[in-house]
Amino acid sequence: MVAIKRVVDYAVKIRIKSDKSGVETTNVKMSMNPFCEIGLEEALRMKEGGFASEVIAVSMGGGQCVETLRTSLAMGADRAIHVDAPSALYPLTVAKALKALVHLENPGLLILGKQAIDDDCNQTGQMVAGLLNWPQGTFASKVVLDKEKKTATVDREVDGGLETLCLDLPAVITTDLRLNQPRYATLPNIMKAKSKPIKKMSLEELKVEVRSDLEVVQVTAPPVRKAGVILSSVDELVDKLKNEAHVI
Amino acid sequence: MQNRMAAAAAAAAAKKLLHQRRSIPNFSQINRLSSTSGFTHHCAPGHLKQFLASYRWDLWKSCLIHMQNMSAIHHRKFGSVASTIVQRNPTFSTINDDDLIYFEKILGVKKVIQDHEELKTANTDWMHKYKGSSKLMLQPENTAELSQILEYCNSRRLAVVPQGGNTGLVGGSVPVFDEIIINTRRMNSIISFDKVSGVLVCEAGCILENLISFLDKEGFIMPLDLGAKGSCQIGGNISTNAGGLRLVRYGSLHGTVLGLEVVLANGSVIDMLGTLRKDNTGYDLKHLFIGSEGSLGIVTKVSILTPPKLSSVNIAFLACQDYISCQKLLFQAKRRLGEILSAFEFLDAQAMNLVLRHLDSVRNPLPSSIYNFYILIETTGSNESNDKEKLEAFLLHAMESGLVSDGTLAQDFSQGSSFWHIREGIPEALMKAGAVYKYDLSLPVEKMYDLVEDMRIRLGGAANVVGYGHLGDGNLHLNVSAPQYDDAILAQIEPFVYEWTSRHHGSISAEHGLGLMKAEKIYYSKSSETVQLMASIKKLLDPIGILNPYKVIPSSLVS
Repeated sequence: MVAIKRVVDYAVKIRIKSDKSGVETTNVKMSMNPFCEIGLEEALRMKEGGFASEVIAVSMGGGQCVETLRTSLAMGADRAIHVDAPSALYPLTVAKALKALVHLENPGLLILGKQAIDDDCNQTGQMVAGLLNWPQGTFASKVVLDKEKKTATVDREVDGGLETLCLDLPAVITTDLRLNQPRYATLPNIMKAKSKPIKKMSLEELKVEVRSDLEVVQVTAPPVRKAGVILSSVDELVDKLKNEAHVI
Repeated sequence: MQNRMAAAAAAAAAKKLLHQRRSIPNFSQINRLSSTSGFTHHCAPGHLKQFLASYRWDLWKSCLIHMQNMSAIHHRKFGSVASTIVQRNPTFSTINDDDLIYFEKILGVKKVIQDHEELKTANTDWMHKYKGSSKLMLQPENTAELSQILEYCNSRRLAVVPQGGNTGLVGGSVPVFDEIIINTRRMNSIISFDKVSGVLVCEAGCILENLISFLDKEGFIMPLDLGAKGSCQIGGNISTNAGGLRLVRYGSLHGTVLGLEVVLANGSVIDMLGTLRKDNTGYDLKHLFIGSEGSLGIVTKVSILTPPKLSSVNIAFLACQDYISCQKLLFQAKRRLGEILSAFEFLDAQAMNLVLRHLDSVRNPLPSSIYNFYILIETTGSNESNDKEKLEAFLLHAMESGLVSDGTLAQDFSQGSSFWHIREGIPEALMKAGAVYKYDLSLPVEKMYDLVEDMRIRLGGAANVVGYGHLGDGNLHLNVSAPQYDDAILAQIEPFVYEWTSRHHGSISAEHGLGLMKAEKIYYSKSSETVQLMASIKKLLDPIGILNPYKVIPSSLVS
C-alpha cells in the first residue's frame, strides 16, 4: 500500500494568503508529492520484480485527490482508495486512518514519502509504524526484499552517512530522494487507468476522529535577504565592520 | 558584310581582352572589369576562368544566374572561421584617437570598451563561426547617448554593428571587419506595464528571460519564447523578427509589437512608441524595422502586447512512426485542441539520440522503443479540467487511429519542463557533437521531411543529418552534424539545400534571418525587383551604409 498526498506542485512559486492563514492554493497547479511518487515507483518495481501481487494507492482529502489517484493508477497501481476528508489533516489523523486501512487491506508493506513538501512534517510514516507496532525504515535510499526470509533490507540516509537496517515484514518504509527515478505515465496506461477502481471511504467508516491537536496560528514568508555589497577597499571594509556591523 | 566583320573583330578583340585578364588572379582587376556594368562581383582567386566564362555584360537578371553558380564557389572557403570573400568597404573610415576622445566624452570611460578579452567575446558569434576584428565596443545607456554616437559615426563614416545578446545564428550580430560594436545591454530598464491591457514598454536591452519573470509576477507572459531566452535581448528579437516556440499560438512580432522607438543612421530618433492596439494613421513604419536585422535603424524602445498567463498548461510527448502521421496529427491537433494549442514541435530519431548522448540530466520519456519521430504538444488554457479532458480525448483518438504509437502526458511541472528540455536542448547537443551546418527553412508541411531524407541520401555516411522544428508553422531546422568542418560536406549541402527550397517556393530563412551567412542568397526566396526596392529603402534610411554593413542584402546593391 502506498500513501499519496496531493500538494502544490514543487516547481510553483509559493505565495502566502493576504490574511497569513496559509499558502495560496486556489488556481495553483497541484500534483503528487515527489516523495510519494518515488514511493509509488518503488512499489511498482517491487510488483514487476515479483515481490508484490498488488499495489494499492491511498490518498486523503477533498474530492480533487481523485485526480492524483488517477495519476497513480496511470503509473501502474492496480487500485486506489480515496478517504474523503476535510482538507486540513494533520499527521496523527492520517496515521490513524492509515492504521485502520492497513487492518482492512492487510498489505505486506506500507510505503510513504519521507515528508510532504507543503508542511515538511516528516511524521506520518513514523507515527503509523508506532501505532501498528511495525518496524520502520525511514529515509530509504535502497530497499532489497527477501521473499523467503520475509525481510526488507533498507539503506537509510542519515546525517552521518548511510545506515543499513534489516526489517521483518510487514513494515513501514518512507522514501528519500535517491531511491529511484519515477517513470512517466504513458498514454496506454493513462487510458487503462480510467477503468481501474477508486474506492471512496470516509473517516467515520474508518472510525477515526478528526480532532486536531495542532492549530496553525500564522504563516509568514521568510525575511527578504538583503543584497550583498561589493566594497572597493580594505579601509571601507574596516569602516563597515566597525560602524555598521559593530563587530570590531 | 563589313559591319558583321567589324562586329566579329570587335568581339574577338573583347574575347582576347578577357582571356588576357584570365591570367591575372587579382581582385582589383576583377572589380574594375565588372564595374562598367554598374555592379561589383566578388570572385575567389583561382576561379577566374569559370567567372569569366559565365560573365555577361548586359542583363541584370543574368547576374542572378551566375551569382547562383558563384555562391557555391563563394562558400567553398566557409569554415569554422568564416573567411567570406566580402571585401571591406574602402569608403568607411578607421577609428582614430579623436574618435575615442569623443566617445569617452559622451559616454564616460566605463562604457567605452577596448579590453581585449571583452572584445574577443563580442567579436565572436554564438556558434563560433564568425569572428570580426573590431577594436571598440560602445555601451550607451539611453537613447540620447546612442543618438549622439550614431550621428558622430555617420559624419565620420564609421561602420557600426548593433549587438544585443549575440545569440544570432547567421553572423548578423558580430562585425565582419573593424565595425564598432554598439551593445545595448545597458539599456535594460522596464519603462511601464499596464496591468489591464497587458502592454509592456521597455528598453531594447532587456533580456527576454527577465521580461518573462517580470511578467510572471503580474500574471502575463511574453508572446514569444525561444531557447536563447537567457541571453537574448528584446531589441534583437525584434530586429530579427524572432519566431520561437509559441508562434503557432500568439503569432509573430509583427502582430504583437505595438510600437518602437528607433534611432536612424544619422542619429535621428524616430518615436513610434505607441501603446495602442489600433492606429491607422499613415504608413506603419515600425514593420520596416521589425526583421531588418539592424540594417535600417537601431531599436531602442519597445512597446509590446503581452497575453495573460493562463493557469492550465499541459504538455504531451508523443511518438510517431512516420512523417505522414506527424502531419495528420498536426491537422487533428488544430481541430480537436483548437484554441488551447500553444506549441507543436517535432524532432526526428537522430535529434533524440543526439540529445540523449550529449546532454546529461535528460532521459527518454518513452524508452521502451525507438521511434522515428517525436512530437511535443503544449496546450495552454484557463480551465485545468476542461483542457485535460480535451487533451485526453484527442490523445485517445490519436492512439486509436494509429497516428501515435506511444506517448506520455506530463503529470507535473518538472515532467513538462523535462520534455521541453529535450526539444530546446537540441542546438546545444549539436554544438557538443562537433561541427554543425545549420539551416532554417520554411517549407510546405507535406514536403518538409523529404528534404531531410534527400540530404541524408546525398551525404551518405559522411555526416549526421538531423531534422527538427516548428512543425506547427512549417519551419524546419535542418542541421548537418559532422566531426569537423569539411569543405567537401559543405559543397554537397550548398547550394543544393537552397535550390531545393527555392523549387518548392519556400524560404531559405524562416526565422533566423539573413545576417552575413545568407546575405548573397536572398534571390533564392525573393525576386530581384523586390530586392531592388529593399536596396532603395536602405539607401534612403542609411545613405552612407554604416548600419550593419555586408549583411541582409547583397553588398553589391548598397555600395
